[in-house]
Amino acid sequence: MSGPDVGWYLIVAALLFGIGALGVMMRRSPLIVLLSLEIMLNAANLTLIAFARQQGDLAGQIFALSVMAVAAAEVAIGLGLIVAMARRRLVLDVDQASALRG
Amino acid sequence: MGNVLVWVVWFLAAGGCLASGIAVVSVTNPFFSALALIGNLASLAVLYLLLAAEFLAAAQVLVYAGAVMVMFLFVVAYLGGRADAPWAGGPPLVRTAAVVAAAALLVEVLVVLGLAWGDSLQEPANVSDSFGSPAEIGELFLTDHLLAFEITSIVLLVAAIGGVVLGTTPEKEADG
Repeated sequence: MSGPDVGWYLIVAALLFGIGALGVMMRRSPLIVLLSLEIMLNAANLTLIAFARQQGDLAGQIFALSVMAVAAAEVAIGLGLIVAMARRRLVLDVDQASALRG
Repeated sequence: MGNVLVWVVWFLAAGGCLASGIAVVSVTNPFFSALALIGNLASLAVLYLLLAAEFLAAAQVLVYAGAVMVMFLFVVAYLGGRADAPWAGGPPLVRTAAVVAAAALLVEVLVVLGLAWGDSLQEPANVSDSFGSPAEIGELFLTDHLLAFEITSIVLLVAAIGGVVLGTTPEKEADG
């Protein structure tokens, strides 16, 4: 494999995961928390694909594709929740949305 | 020479990836945050291409940077000014704890990487040209991973129904 070793891709994935985790924990807007979650999922995907290339096994890529589908589902539900919060005139702040009520 | 080119592309993609990732978590306007995530996903697709995952790179751009982010931008536009996410607020203790926790996660991953660096990480397998092509992925999905494929479709169906249920107006429930 010409170019960087798999380890370099894993370092990028680790940095991305750290950035995403920081965003999830620091930001209070549910929109930005969702975007940071996407970064974390993509960091995991990069790791899966890097190992798939290194092992010569396509199962990692299949797994990454499944993660993409789950991430798309997660965004659909998360955005639905945010729109529902906005319609009920709740403050868009994950710290204040602390009570579950039907 | 080709090797140098791969390194250059890798540096550009990895740098763009990290820079846009930092932009996503630090910008106060969610619209710009979402745009930065599109850049992040596009540069990740370049890294996928370098790792011989052609189909996934295409799927990344189509599904993520295309469909998911368009949906996201629509919601940001719907919320308008309410979507703004200023940095202010939150006790300093919580913010410090968040930084420490994220740094701990990062150090943990890097230490594990450093321990494994000399051994198996340096010897990538030899793969054929068709590795990661739509044909191979499709064949695997419809043979070895058929159950995962079907379950994925159910997950997406449930998510679509859930999105519709969450999107219905709450006033109707109050009347009934």
